[in-house]
Amino acid sequence: MNHLRRRLLRAGLATSALAVSLAAGLLRPLRALAGEWPKAAFDATDVSDAMRDIGIVEPVPTGDILIKAPEIAENGAQVPIEILSRIPDTRVIYVFVDKNLQPMAASFELMNGAEPFVSTRIKMGETSALRVVVQAGGKHFMAAREVKVTIGGCGT
Amino acid sequence: MPEPIRMRVKLDGDVADVRVLIGHPMETGLRKDPHSDEPVPIHFIKTVTAKLNGSPVMQAQWSRAVSRNPYLQFRIKGAKAGDEVSISWIDNRGETNSAAARIPPG
Repeated sequence: MNHLRRRLLRAGLATSALAVSLAAGLLRPLRALAGEWPKAAFDATDVSDAMRDIGIVEPVPTGDILIKAPEIAENGAQVPIEILSRIPDTRVIYVFVDKNLQPMAASFELMNGAEPFVSTRIKMGETSALRVVVQAGGKHFMAAREVKVTIGGCGT
Repeated sequence: MPEPIRMRVKLDGDVADVRVLIGHPMETGLRKDPHSDEPVPIHFIKTVTAKLNGSPVMQAQWSRAVSRNPYLQFRIKGAKAGDEVSISWIDNRGETNSAAARIPPG
């Protein structure tokens, strides 16, 4: 009896959580970042929370986002990354490091002829998945790769 | 006074390849000063805007996870020699800096 009640409660919670995230997705359509620093997403301590906060819903795995990053990064304070999207109409490139204290590292909104390419250097606290999400044609696509970090770079 | 921005633009056909080095400490707030053992306050660039002839081509939103003295490379299609590429940033303290360069012939 008690067990069943708990199960029902849990199911109810799960459903309402889904409803909330759907509502959040609808309230925040694929709006351009346009000058606004996405504080909630940057502050999130979990990668899926960060994605939800920025409006990324169910990103589609793709082989059309090419991520160049070292397999082993000796210095986590300076990890070079290069991202090239082959997805037509690429509008925004998002970079996440799952195991950083705050996984969302950066976003790059492209317009007026900017090519779907960006290269930079980021800090990684430890070995982690490096995740790239691309917003293109009103949808989100995702690719990831693992970067092994010898000396973490978040205290630097 | 913010440190300077260094920019190099190379034209390949009608694509401008822009490489930028921004002088900035990008402090995470997690580091302690090795001498005083005091925590170093968080200090990082939040937004970088790149423009071609005054029109925005890229707006980057950054966290403290972008490395110290940030490196940034991007490409702009439809550019030609003589066009102006400019970069500006603002950090969490409201400090800003900007730089501009003319695209040399390819």
